[in-house]
Amino acid sequence: MQKTWRSHLLLAYSLVILAFLYVPLIILAMYSFNDSRINAVWTGFTFKWYEQLFDNRRVLEALINTLIVGVSSTVVSTTLGTIAAIALHKYKFKMQSAINGLVYLPILIPEIVMGLSLLVLFSQAQIPLGKGSLILAHITFCLSFVVITVGARLDGMRSDYEQAASDLYATPWQCFRYVTLPLIMPGIVAGALIAFTLSIDDFVISFFVAGPNSTTLPLYIYAMVKRGISPEINALSTLMMVVEIVLVILAELLQPSHKAKAEE
Amino acid sequence: MKNGKFLIAPSMLWLGFFFVIPMLIVVAVSFAARTPYGQVVFDWNLNNYIRFLEPLYLSIFAQTLLVALVTTVVTILMGYPLAYYIAQLPKRWQQPGLILCMIPFWINFLIRSYAWVIILRAQGVLNTFLLKAGFIDQPLQLLYNEGAVMLGMIYSLLPFMILPIYVSIEQLDRRLLEAASDLGAPPFTAFRKITLPLTMPGVAAGTILVFISSLGMFVVPDVMGGAKSALVGNLIQNQFLSARDWPFGSALSIVLAALSLLLIILYYRAIQAQNGGAENAKNVA
Repeated sequence: MQKTWRSHLLLAYSLVILAFLYVPLIILAMYSFNDSRINAVWTGFTFKWYEQLFDNRRVLEALINTLIVGVSSTVVSTTLGTIAAIALHKYKFKMQSAINGLVYLPILIPEIVMGLSLLVLFSQAQIPLGKGSLILAHITFCLSFVVITVGARLDGMRSDYEQAASDLYATPWQCFRYVTLPLIMPGIVAGALIAFTLSIDDFVISFFVAGPNSTTLPLYIYAMVKRGISPEINALSTLMMVVEIVLVILAELLQPSHKAKAEE
Repeated sequence: MKNGKFLIAPSMLWLGFFFVIPMLIVVAVSFAARTPYGQVVFDWNLNNYIRFLEPLYLSIFAQTLLVALVTTVVTILMGYPLAYYIAQLPKRWQQPGLILCMIPFWINFLIRSYAWVIILRAQGVLNTFLLKAGFIDQPLQLLYNEGAVMLGMIYSLLPFMILPIYVSIEQLDRRLLEAASDLGAPPFTAFRKITLPLTMPGVAAGTILVFISSLGMFVVPDVMGGAKSALVGNLIQNQFLSARDWPFGSALSIVLAALSLLLIILYYRAIQAQNGGAENAKNVA
């Protein structure tokens, strides 16, 4: 009796917390369909804010910038990160803890510090702020996440297949190309999805290193928020949320299991 | 692949050039001075750190620590029961439950703070509702104060707390609880004496993540806070983007980064001192 009473209470509490997490996001999405521009009163269903969004040249420019930066930084960080994860998995390094530190520090350091340190670097090295500097910055913060995600997949992989391949006289390259690579492919794809999500979603670091002609969607949203409330912000935010949720669920489904993820 | 070890080089060089070197430059700039036009002049002095000790900046720093502390405590109180609930669900429900908690984590702070602006502003959802229902005749000032900033922080950082606690509860050896119950311990006693102490590493990991993230946060106070509720993050942002005082901004960020790293190091020490520390230390990330 007492046990069910307790578990009901726990369930109710958990649902309240989940509601706390989701209700604001649902309200945000809901008001992107509200006809009224200023008021919170519901005056009717409309798609007009979405239509205005697609007619807005600056939004489309920001979308293109976001995609250019997202795709380039995903390709580079996934390639570099996968190679590093394989090396870390295969070999013991003398400076193992220094290497681990270098991989984890960019994640642990406050984002704002990373953003401003890149701004300082670009200004000292006289690299102009624009899409190029954005891509360099995004590769840097995506890289660690790729190394960790691909590394988790490698650690969760059984080594018998590689063993068998080399027993059967596969060259190291063949062994990698036909055994290791297919086995870790889901991890690489998951890493790439995470890198892409982080990149298109990034605000703090982009805020420091973007130039006048390289506004991305989060930067555009910030500029709009600073100017005041408008349903277009809701519409744009809702679209971004939907894209991110789809990407994250895809990445999640590609992970072997949460056990493996927990053991990163 | 005899020289396979070199495969690690491209990434390490990249991080060396775009992470380590920038940090070193920031350290150097923090000891520099600036000209009236905002130019950085390297003259190696401690003025920027001394300036940090002025009451105005110390009070912003104290305010930041207070917000971080409250955020951490509240996210533990909210996150622990939810993580516990998910961890004791049947296996096939655990992953969907966890994904549900993690989705907000992937939506950026900007959008999530803006969602609260829509709810809390003077003509917002909540005030409109309260006015219509006749509870108030004047809209309440719910935004642009310290309470709003704390709410925004708690809302933004809660997922950071849930994941590590979930991992530690999920890894708990259930046989210990069975043993306790066989020996006649009531469920709550078993929870207090076994589950809670053994899942403290998860709480500690969550605390580190939430505390450090709230120390450096500037989006939430920028969007939801007023001029008076500025935190260290906003102060740093101002030095770089409006005041053009990079040396002082650099000194502030070095203090922030050093404090964050100190907390992480303390955390690792504490975890390693415990039994099975090595296992848990891996879980922070």
